[in-house]
Amino acid sequence: METIITLFEYRFFTNALLAALFASITCGITGAYIVSRRIVFISGGITHASFGGIGIGYFFGFNPIVGAMIFSVLSAFGIEYMSKKTNLREDSVIAILWSFGMAVGIIFIFLTPGYSANLMSFLFGNILTVTKLNLVFLLILALLITGIFLVFFKTILFIAFDEQYARAVKLPVETINYLMITLVALTIVFNIKVVGIILVISLLTIPQTIANIFTKKFEIMIWLSIIIGFLGSISGLLLSYYLNVPSGAAIIFFLVILFFISKIFRNILTSLRIRKQIQ
Amino acid sequence: MDKIIELQNVTAGYGEDIILRNVNIAIHRNDFIGVIGPNGGGKTTLVKVILGLIKPITGKVIYYDSMKEGKQQKIGYLPQNSDTDKVFPISVLDVVLSGLAQPNRLINRFSKAQKAKAREILESTGILHLADKNFGELSGGEMQRVFLCRAIVSDPELLILDEPNTFVDNKFESDLYHTLKKLNEHKAIIMVSHDVGTIAYYVKSIACVNRELHYHQSNIISQEQLDAYNCPIQIIAHGSVPHTILKEHNE
Ligand SMILES: Nc1ncnc2c1ncn2[C@@H]1O[C@H](COP(=O)(O)OP(=O)(O)OP(=O)(O)O)[C@@H](O)[C@H]1O
Ligand SMILES: [Mg+2]
Repeated sequence: METIITLFEYRFFTNALLAALFASITCGITGAYIVSRRIVFISGGITHASFGGIGIGYFFGFNPIVGAMIFSVLSAFGIEYMSKKTNLREDSVIAILWSFGMAVGIIFIFLTPGYSANLMSFLFGNILTVTKLNLVFLLILALLITGIFLVFFKTILFIAFDEQYARAVKLPVETINYLMITLVALTIVFNIKVVGIILVISLLTIPQTIANIFTKKFEIMIWLSIIIGFLGSISGLLLSYYLNVPSGAAIIFFLVILFFISKIFRNILTSLRIRKQIQ
Repeated sequence: MDKIIELQNVTAGYGEDIILRNVNIAIHRNDFIGVIGPNGGGKTTLVKVILGLIKPITGKVIYYDSMKEGKQQKIGYLPQNSDTDKVFPISVLDVVLSGLAQPNRLINRFSKAQKAKAREILESTGILHLADKNFGELSGGEMQRVFLCRAIVSDPELLILDEPNTFVDNKFESDLYHTLKKLNEHKAIIMVSHDVGTIAYYVKSIACVNRELHYHQSNIISQEQLDAYNCPIQIIAHGSVPHTILKEHNE
C-alpha cells in the first residue's frame, strides 16, 4: 500500500490538495456570509439553477462550467432583483429558478447524443480530476474574495446585520448586495468540480455551522470555517482515494462526523463549566 | 431659524396603498417634534419618507445645506421594529460603529478616536461593559440602548426616534430624556411616541399623524384639538407631568 508521502509525488494529488485549499478559502468566507445572513436557500437555488448552464454547455459543445457561470450569476441577480423590487415572495422566486435550471439542464442533456459519464463529475464532483484551468479560476476567486472581505469588511458586516438602517444612512447597499451575491454564485460554480452540484451547499454551510459552535464572532467564524473545510477536504480526499468513492461525498461525510464530535465536545465543555460555577 | 428639511405636499404609501396624503412640514435646527397618532396612522411611514427610505408618490422632500451628505451621517435613526437577525454574529461595539460609517462609501475603517467615541457613548448610556459582547446575547432593553448609541454617535443634525421607550426601564427613560434635552440645544429631534403625557412634557411641538398631518406649534394640546385633528388619542395625565402641559376636557 502506498504511503501518504508517495501520494504527493503524483501531480494529480498535488492538484487535488490545492483544490481543497482554494475550495476551503472560497467556501469558508462566502459560506460564513451565507450562514450569517441566512441565505442558504438562495444558495441552493443558485446551485441548482446552474445545472441549466451545464446542460446547454453539453448540447452546444462549449465548456459546461461557462454555461453554469452564466446561469448562476443570472439567477443570483434574478433572485436579488425580484425579491426586492417586485412583491413576489423570495422563496417562491428561488423555487422557480431552482427547478427551471434543473429542467433546462435535463432537457439539453437528454438532447445531446450519447451524453457522457462525465455528467457524474458535475453532480458529484471529483477533486482528483480538477483541471488546471479550474484550479487557476479557483485561485483567482480565492484571492478576489479574500481581498474584497479584507477591504470592505465593515461595510459588508453593517449591511448584512441591518439592511434597513444601512439604507437609511445611505450605505452602498445595492452595490454590496449584488457584489456579494455574485461572489456566492462564482464560489458555487467553481466548486462544482470539487464536490458536485448536489453537495456544494454543504461545503458552504457545515464548516460554518461547526465554527459557530465555538465562536459568535464573524471574523473568527471565517477563519475557523476555512480550517475546518480544509481538514474535511483532506480527510475526504484520502478516503475517496483509498475506497475509490466520489470525493465530494467523502468530504461531506467527514464534515458531518466532525460536526457531531464538535457538538458533543461543546456540550461536555459547557456542562463542566456550569458545574465549576455552581461549586 | 434654519430649516433643515422640508416636506411639501407629500403623498406617500406602499404600492397602491396611499398612507399619507398631502403632508406639509418644515423641520428646523432646534425643533423637538413629538409625533403622535393611532396605530397604523402612518407615523413610521412619515419617518421613512424623511429618511428617504420611501420615495413620495407626489410632492417633494427638500434637504437643506446642513443636511447634504458628507463624511458623516446627518440623520441618526432609531427604528421602531428593527428587523435585524438576533443571532447575527456582530459585537455591540461594531453595531455602534455602524453609526459612524460614511454614506456612499464602500470602505469603512475606524480610527482609534472613532472607537474611543463609540465607547464613550456606550459609557454614557451605562452599557460600556457590554461593548465586546455579541449583540444577539443582549436583552431587549439593552438592544434598544445600543440602537440609541448607534443613532447618536455621529452627532447627527437630526435625530429620529421611532418609539424609543419600548422595552426600556424607567431609569433609562429618564436618562434618555435628559440626553435628548442636551442634544436638542444644537440639534433637531423627531420623536414618535404613544405616551402623549410624557412626550408633551419634553417636546416643543406636536405632529398629529393619522393619514394626514396636523402640525401643532406648541406642546400644549387639548383633547378638543386632538379630536379636531382627527387624532383619536386619549390624553392620560401622568402623575409626574405638570397638568398645565395637557389641557384636559374639563379645564
Ligand atoms: N411595508 C408595508 N407594506 C404595506 N403596507 C404597509 C407597510 N408598512 C406599513 N404599512 C401600512 O401603512 C399603514 C401605516 O403604517 P405605519 O407603520 O406608518 O403606522 P404607525 O403610525 O407607525 O403605527 P404604529 O403606532 O403601530 O407604529 C398601516 O396601515 C400599515 O398597514
Ligand atoms: Mg410605527
